[in-house]
Amino acid sequence: MKMIHASILPTLALLVLSPQAALAHLVTSGLGPFYDGALHLAISPDDLLGLVAVTLLAGLCGARAGRLTVFSLSLSWFIAGLVGLNLPVTIDLPWLSILSFLVLGVLVAINPKMHPKVVASLAGLFGLIHGLFNGSALAAIGAGPLALTGIVVTVLVIALLISAFVVSLHAAWTRIAVRVAGSWVAAVGMLMFGWLVRGTG
Amino acid sequence: MKIHFLCRKDVRRMIMTLFVVFLFAPVSAWAHVESGQAGGFFSGLSHPVSGLDHVLAMVAVGLWGAQLGRPAIWLLPVAFPMMMAFGGMLGLMGIPVPGIEIGIAVSGIVLGALILGETKMPMIGALIVVAFFAIFHGHAHGTELEAGQNAMLYSMGFVICTGTLHAIGIGMGLVHRWKFGRLALRGAGSVVMAGGLYFLWGALS
Repeated sequence: MKMIHASILPTLALLVLSPQAALAHLVTSGLGPFYDGALHLAISPDDLLGLVAVTLLAGLCGARAGRLTVFSLSLSWFIAGLVGLNLPVTIDLPWLSILSFLVLGVLVAINPKMHPKVVASLAGLFGLIHGLFNGSALAAIGAGPLALTGIVVTVLVIALLISAFVVSLHAAWTRIAVRVAGSWVAAVGMLMFGWLVRGTG
Repeated sequence: MKIHFLCRKDVRRMIMTLFVVFLFAPVSAWAHVESGQAGGFFSGLSHPVSGLDHVLAMVAVGLWGAQLGRPAIWLLPVAFPMMMAFGGMLGLMGIPVPGIEIGIAVSGIVLGALILGETKMPMIGALIVVAFFAIFHGHAHGTELEAGQNAMLYSMGFVICTGTLHAIGIGMGLVHRWKFGRLALRGAGSVVMAGGLYFLWGALS
């Protein structure tokens, strides 16, 4: 019979159960978890940049793409968030987060002709990634579905407002301004990859 | 599997182990006010305007774009920030680019000369010129994050300010539609070129 040294068990237990600093952030609004979640995007520029980029892209691709995107983005963000809330580990892949808004920024800048369903699928994929990140981060700090609902409602409202605004733009220069904004998002993404490699991002 | 727990020696060892682990377990120091987060954005925002060499080149890109007309008026200001960010990324990854300061100074001379001569060239050529010099500017300026500040917000501020300088150049360049404006624009090109020469002198001496 194999003997396990008595000192190993408490050490293991301590390492597994000891509380670690949860680096996920949720601003405390003082108004409850829903509003804490609603304010999350205000302090998460990586979430916000991608959200802005994907809704700009949807708006550029027309009203149908905008409608589908608002729906697919919010729904996938919520479902993935619920999955993340039940995960035992915190998923944090900054390179994936940066890559997602970098690619979306490039797409906005070059403005290719895309089918509305393709745009909605991209938005859904983006929502899945960030929903999963948000959900697992919320679980790590003990926040629940109400905070996630706050995040998703904010995502819905921002997506609705931006895509509707871009769809309404008809003057050539206004659409160019949108594409310039996309190039800025892509530029920030490239710089962030550099920071990530350097270990500062 | 047999586990010994009850021996007094083991209990003592357990206590010692726990004590040592508690003693050396790393914990985060939270005794600081997070003042650098928003500061990163303003630092990035103010950085491009803190160097005249950078400002001259950014505005010159806008001026030249306005002079060339569509589609250069918006393609050049789209290409510059992206390639500048690429240059910044190279810098952050530790990939050296030779002659950074000289490249920045020459960018002023070349862009100024192109505006002064009201040079028309194929779109792809104009893009290559702008993209080439953008790498030097990004490599030099995109990596200067102050300690404790948020890299994401710094990058956002840096890119937004650079884009705004292009927009100022485009705004100024819209005088190109009038005859006196065309002359004024060429005059502005000579100022940019003189500035580039001054910075080249500084880089070489």
